[in-house]
Amino acid sequence: MIRLLLRDLTLALRAGGGFGLGLGFFLILVTLVPFGVGPNSERLAAIAPGILWVGALLACLLSLDRIFALDYEDGSLDLLATAPVPLEGLVAMKALAHWITTGLPLVIAAPFLGVLLHLDTDAYRWLIITLLIGTPALSIIGAFGAAITVGLKRGGLLMSLLVLPLYIPTLIFGAEVVRRGARGFEVTTPLLMQAGITAGAIAMLPFAAAAAIRIALR
Amino acid sequence: MASIWEWANPRKFMAWTDKALPVIAVAAAVLFVAGLVWGFFFVPDDYRQGATVKIFYIHVPSAMIAINAWLMMLVASLIWLVRRHHVSVLAAKAAAPIGLVMTLIALASGAIWGKPMWGTYWEWDPRLTSFLILFLFYAGYLALWEAIEDPDTAADLTSVLCLVGSVFAVLSRYAVNFWNQGLHQGASLSLDKQENVADVFWYPALVSLAGFVLLFIALVLLRTRTEVRARRLHAIEMRERVQG
Repeated sequence: MIRLLLRDLTLALRAGGGFGLGLGFFLILVTLVPFGVGPNSERLAAIAPGILWVGALLACLLSLDRIFALDYEDGSLDLLATAPVPLEGLVAMKALAHWITTGLPLVIAAPFLGVLLHLDTDAYRWLIITLLIGTPALSIIGAFGAAITVGLKRGGLLMSLLVLPLYIPTLIFGAEVVRRGARGFEVTTPLLMQAGITAGAIAMLPFAAAAAIRIALR
Repeated sequence: MASIWEWANPRKFMAWTDKALPVIAVAAAVLFVAGLVWGFFFVPDDYRQGATVKIFYIHVPSAMIAINAWLMMLVASLIWLVRRHHVSVLAAKAAAPIGLVMTLIALASGAIWGKPMWGTYWEWDPRLTSFLILFLFYAGYLALWEAIEDPDTAADLTSVLCLVGSVFAVLSRYAVNFWNQGLHQGASLSLDKQENVADVFWYPALVSLAGFVLLFIALVLLRTRTEVRARRLHAIEMRERVQG
C-alpha cells in the first residue's frame, strides 16, 4: 500500500503536467474573479469564502481523470487489480495520492489567495481548517467518479457532471464555516457536519469505487 | 400473478403488462383529467392566493413523483445488483427520464406560481435548491446510461451511481436546509391533517395525485416494454450477424 502511494506520487511528480496544474488553475480562477465582479474590496471580502471553496472544488476536479485513466490505458490497472492488495485499498491509496498532490497544495495556497480577495482576518484559520477537513472528501468522491467513468472514451466531461453534485454537501458546509468564521459566529455544527461527511465518504466510497472498477475491467 | 419475482422473467413481464398496461393507462388518463378538471374549474379560488392556488394540482403531484421515481430507481437498482434481474434495471432506466421531466414540471410550475405569490421566479430556498440538485442527479444518471455501450456494464455502473447518489442526495437535502432559511411552505398533504389544506382543495388533489401516480406507472411500464423489445431486437441482430 505504501509502495502504491509512493508510486503514484513519483508518477505525479515526474510525469509532469498533473502536479501543480490544479494549483495554477486555482490561482487563475482567483485572479479572474475580481475582473468579473470589480475590484471593490468589501464585495470581494463578502464572496471570498465561496470563491475560494468553489475554486478548490474545480481545481480538484481538474486532476481527477488522471487518477485511474492513465493506469487503465497502459494496462497497469489490470495488474493492480489482480495484485494481492485489495482493490478498495488501491482506491484509498490513489485518492490519498491525489489529495497529497492536489488537495494539500490547495490548502497551503488558499490563505495567500485569500489575501488577494481581502478575506477577513478571522476567517483564515477556518479556511485552512475546512479545506484540510474537506479536501480529502473531494479526493475520495472524485476517485469514485473517476472509477465509474474509467472505461469511457470521453469520460472527463461526464465525470464532472457526476462528481460536482456529489460535492455539494462538502461545499455548503465548508463555505458556511468560513463565512461564519469571518463574522465571528459559532462554527462547531457545520464543521462537525463536514468532518462527518469526509469520514463517511472515506469509509464507504472506496468500496463503491472498487466495485465500479471491477465492473469496468470485466 | 404469484409473486413480483415472476416479472424477472421478461416473457412473463411482457405478457402481464400487455394485459395490464391498457387498463392502467386508461385509469391514469381518466383520473388525471378528472383531477385537473376538478381542480381547475370546480374548486373555489383561495381567499388570498386567488386562482393561482390551482397550479397546486400539478405542482404537488409532480414533485412527489419526482422524489418517488428516484426511490423506485434505487430499489430497482438494488434488485438488479443483488438478483441480476434485467427487467428491474430496465425499469430503473425507464423511470429516470420521467423523474427528470417531473422534476422540471415541479420546478417550472413552482416558478410560475412563485412570480405572482413570492414576487420572484426563483429563490435559493432549501426545497427549490434540493429539487435543482435532484435534477442534476437525474441528468448525471441518464448521461452515464448514454455514455456506456455495453448494456450490462451500463446497468451495473448506473446502479452503483444510483446508490451513492441517493446517499448524497439525502445529504444535500439536509445540507441546504442548513444553508438557507426556507420560503417554501411545509408539507400540505401529510396524513395527520393538522395543518393541511381544506377538504374542498384536498379531494381533487387526491384524485390528481392518483392520476399522476398511475401515469407514472403506465409510462414506466411502457418504457420498460420498449427497453425489453430493444434488447430483444439487439439479440436478434447479433444472432443474424453471427449466422450471416
